[in-house]
Amino acid sequence: MVLAELVEIKERELAARKKALITCCLAAGCMSSDGKLVKEALDRAVKDAGLESEVEVRGVGCLRLCCEGPLVMIDPPGALYQKVTLADAESLVGTLKGGTTSVQRGDPASAFFAKQMSIVLANSGIVDPERIESYIARDGYFALRNVLRELSPAEVVSEITRSGLRGRGGAGYPTGLKWATVAKTESPKKFIICNADEGDPGAFMDRSVLESDPHRVIEGMIIAAYAVGADQGYIYVRAEYPLAIARLQVAIRQAKQHGILGSGIFESPFHFNIDIRIGAGAFVCGEETALMASVEGRRGQPRPRPPFPAESGLFGKPTLINNVETFANVPPIILNGAEWFAGIGTEKSKGTKVFALAGKVKNTGLIEVPMGIPLREIVEHMGGGAPSGARIKAVQTGGPSGGCIPADHLDTPVDYESLTKLGSIMGSGGMIVMDEKDNMVDVARFFMEFCMDESCGKCIPCRAGTVQMHNLLEKIIARKATARDLQKLEELCDLVKHTSLCGLGMTAPNPVLSTLRFFRQEYLDLLAVETQRKTSPPAAPPAPANPA
Amino acid sequence: MAAKVFTIDGQQITATEGQTVLDAAQDAGIAIPTLCHLDGVMDVGACRLCLVEIAGLNKLVPACVTKVTDGMVVTTNSERLQRYRRMIVELLFTERNHICAVCVSNGHCELQSLAMTLGMDHVRYDYTFPKCAVDPTHRLFGIDHNRCVLCGRCVRVCWYIEGAGTKNFSGRGTQSRIVSDLNAPWGNSRTCTSCGKCVQACPTGALFSKGAAVAEMEKDRGKLEYIVTAREKKQWIV
Repeated sequence: MVLAELVEIKERELAARKKALITCCLAAGCMSSDGKLVKEALDRAVKDAGLESEVEVRGVGCLRLCCEGPLVMIDPPGALYQKVTLADAESLVGTLKGGTTSVQRGDPASAFFAKQMSIVLANSGIVDPERIESYIARDGYFALRNVLRELSPAEVVSEITRSGLRGRGGAGYPTGLKWATVAKTESPKKFIICNADEGDPGAFMDRSVLESDPHRVIEGMIIAAYAVGADQGYIYVRAEYPLAIARLQVAIRQAKQHGILGSGIFESPFHFNIDIRIGAGAFVCGEETALMASVEGRRGQPRPRPPFPAESGLFGKPTLINNVETFANVPPIILNGAEWFAGIGTEKSKGTKVFALAGKVKNTGLIEVPMGIPLREIVEHMGGGAPSGARIKAVQTGGPSGGCIPADHLDTPVDYESLTKLGSIMGSGGMIVMDEKDNMVDVARFFMEFCMDESCGKCIPCRAGTVQMHNLLEKIIARKATARDLQKLEELCDLVKHTSLCGLGMTAPNPVLSTLRFFRQEYLDLLAVETQRKTSPPAAPPAPANPA
Repeated sequence: MAAKVFTIDGQQITATEGQTVLDAAQDAGIAIPTLCHLDGVMDVGACRLCLVEIAGLNKLVPACVTKVTDGMVVTTNSERLQRYRRMIVELLFTERNHICAVCVSNGHCELQSLAMTLGMDHVRYDYTFPKCAVDPTHRLFGIDHNRCVLCGRCVRVCWYIEGAGTKNFSGRGTQSRIVSDLNAPWGNSRTCTSCGKCVQACPTGALFSKGAAVAEMEKDRGKLEYIVTAREKKQWIV
C-alpha cells in the first residue's frame, strides 16, 4: 500500500456514491430490535422500486439514540426515522419518490444531537464498519501513512503529549506520558494492548466504537506501536461483545489484505500485527495487570505494581495499554494536529468524552460531548430529563468505581478533576441517571453486589470485605441495622479502599462513600427504629416498653 | 551492588541491593506480620498484612514486594496499620469456619498466632458459615476448605518448587477454592507427586497429614528451606 493507492481507493469510493443514501444502524442496540431485518427489508424495497442505481442502503454503526431503535436515516433530506419495523420499509423508500410515511420522525436538530461533538464517533453512523474502503473514504489510514512516512516515533509521542489527551479508561493518566515511558524503555520486544474489556454496568461506549468504526481503533494502535516501537498488538475484548469481535476480525483481515497490518506497512520498514484475545467474563480483567495475565493464558488476577506494564508488562516485556476510546482519538489528533485537539475541552481535560447515557432520562443512548460541558446540559437538555416528569435526584458516573453526583451539583463541568472532587470519577463513560423514586442505599448495594461477585479473591480486604459490606447494606435495607452497623460499614470502606491490591478493591467502596456523603439521611432513615430513638430522642417521652 | 541505608520505625538499617523491605526488616529483627509470604517462594502481595507506610507515598505498600531504596522512611506499626491488620484477620475469621478447638493445627497455626499477636480478641462482623467440603481422597494428605485462607502458598510451592502444578485456584472472590488438577479429587490427581510440600507450606490446618488429631499437625518448614538453599546456593543443610 502506498499513498497513491490509498487516494485511489478513496476516490473510487467517493465516485461510487449514489444519489440517495439510506443508513441503517447495525450496532448491537438496534440489532437487538431487528435492525438487521429492517436493513434487509429496505434492500428488498429499493430493489422492488427499481431504485438500485440511485439509492444505496448501508449498514452502519451506532446512530446514537439507542432508546428509539431501530434507527434509519435517509439522506437527502437527512431525515431520521425511529422504531422502524419491517412493514415500514416500503413507505420509507417511497419517500424518495415523493411519497409519505407514518414512521415516527426523529429530530436531528434536537439538543440530543445538536450538543454533541464528534471526534471519536465522527465516522459512527456514516461508514460501513465491515468495509475498509468506507473508512478510507473518510480519510482513514491517512494519519497512519503520514506518521510512518513523515514523522519520527519521538515526533508522534510529542504530538500526543502536546494534544493533552488523557486515558479514556477512567483514571485519566496522560497518554503522551505513558507512550513516552514505553518508548524510552529499551527492549527488543514490546507490546501494545487495547483494553476493550468494558465491564461497568450500563456502559457501552467501547462496544459502540468497535462496532461502528473498528478501523479507527486499529489505526490508532498501529500509530501507537510505531511511536513506542512495538511489533505486536492485542485487542482484549470481552466475549459478551460478539458483534464487536466479528467486526474486528473482519477489519483486521481487511487491513492485512491491504498491507496496513503485517510487514512493510506503507512501504516503510515498520511491521506490526494485531491479534484478538477474548475475555472469559471476569470484570477484573479490565485491570491492566490482570488483563495481561489473562492474555498470557494465566488466571486473570492482578499483581502488585510496580513494576508497571511500561517497564515489565506482557510476558515481562514493556507494554503499552490504552483503552479503545484513547486509541480512537489518535488518528484525528495526527490528522488535525495537537493544537486543534488541545483547543477543545477544559484546561486539564482536553477533547471530548463518549458517554453511555442511561437510566431515568427520556433520551438514552450514546453521546459524545466536549470536556467541561455542565452535567445539567447532558442530563436535562440532551437526555430530556426524567421520563415521567419526576425530579432527577442523582447522576452515577464511573460505574462500580465511581459515585453518585446529587442533583444540586448538576452544574459541575464534566472533566476529570471536577468529578473527582465530588467523590466520583470520570470513569470509562457510563452515566446512569436516577430520579426521586430511586433509593440511594439500594444503588450502593447494587454496585457492592457487583464488586463482591467480581472480586477475584486474591487479596483479603476485597474478597472478604466486599462480602461484609454487602451484608451490612442488605441489613440496612432490611431495616435491621443499627448505628453501630453503619459505623462498621464506614470502617470497612476505609479498610478496603486503602488496603486492597488493585483498582477494583480500592474503588469498590466509592458508591457507598459517595452516597453516604450526599445522601446520608437515606441511610439513617433505614436504621432500625430503636437505634433512631437512641440517636435522636423524640420530643415526647417514649411509650412505656412492654415489660417482658 | 551497593548497600542501601534506610529507616524503619525510626531505626536506621541497611539492605542489600534489590532486597525487599520485609527481608531487610526481618534481618534487622523487626517483625512485620505476614501470611501469604513464605521464605523461599515468590511473593504475591495478596494478604495485605505486611502493608507499611512509606513517607512521601500516599498509599500503603506491601513490604514483601517493595524493594528498598536509599533513604526510604518506613513505618511498620502505626496505629492505623495495626487497626487495618486486626480487621483483615477479623475478615479471615468470618470467611470460613475456623474452629480452633477442633483443628489439627491448634497451637501451631499462623492465623491463630496472628490473631493473638495483633490483639484480635473478637470478631465484630457476621460469620458467613460457608458450607465447605473436605477432600480426604489422597492416600497421605487431606484438605479441609473450612480452614483455608486462600493465601496460595500451596499453589506456589507446587508450581515453583516441586514443579508439579497440581494445586491451583478455582472460582473467584469468596467462591475461590484450592483445587487439584482441573478440580479432580486430590487422590485421583495424575500430576500430584505426593511430595507434601503444600501441606508443609500451609499456614493453617487446611492441608494436613492424615492421622493427625487435634493440635497434632505441626508443619515442617525446614524441608522447603533445605530445597531452596540447595538450589540457590548449592549448599546442603544437614
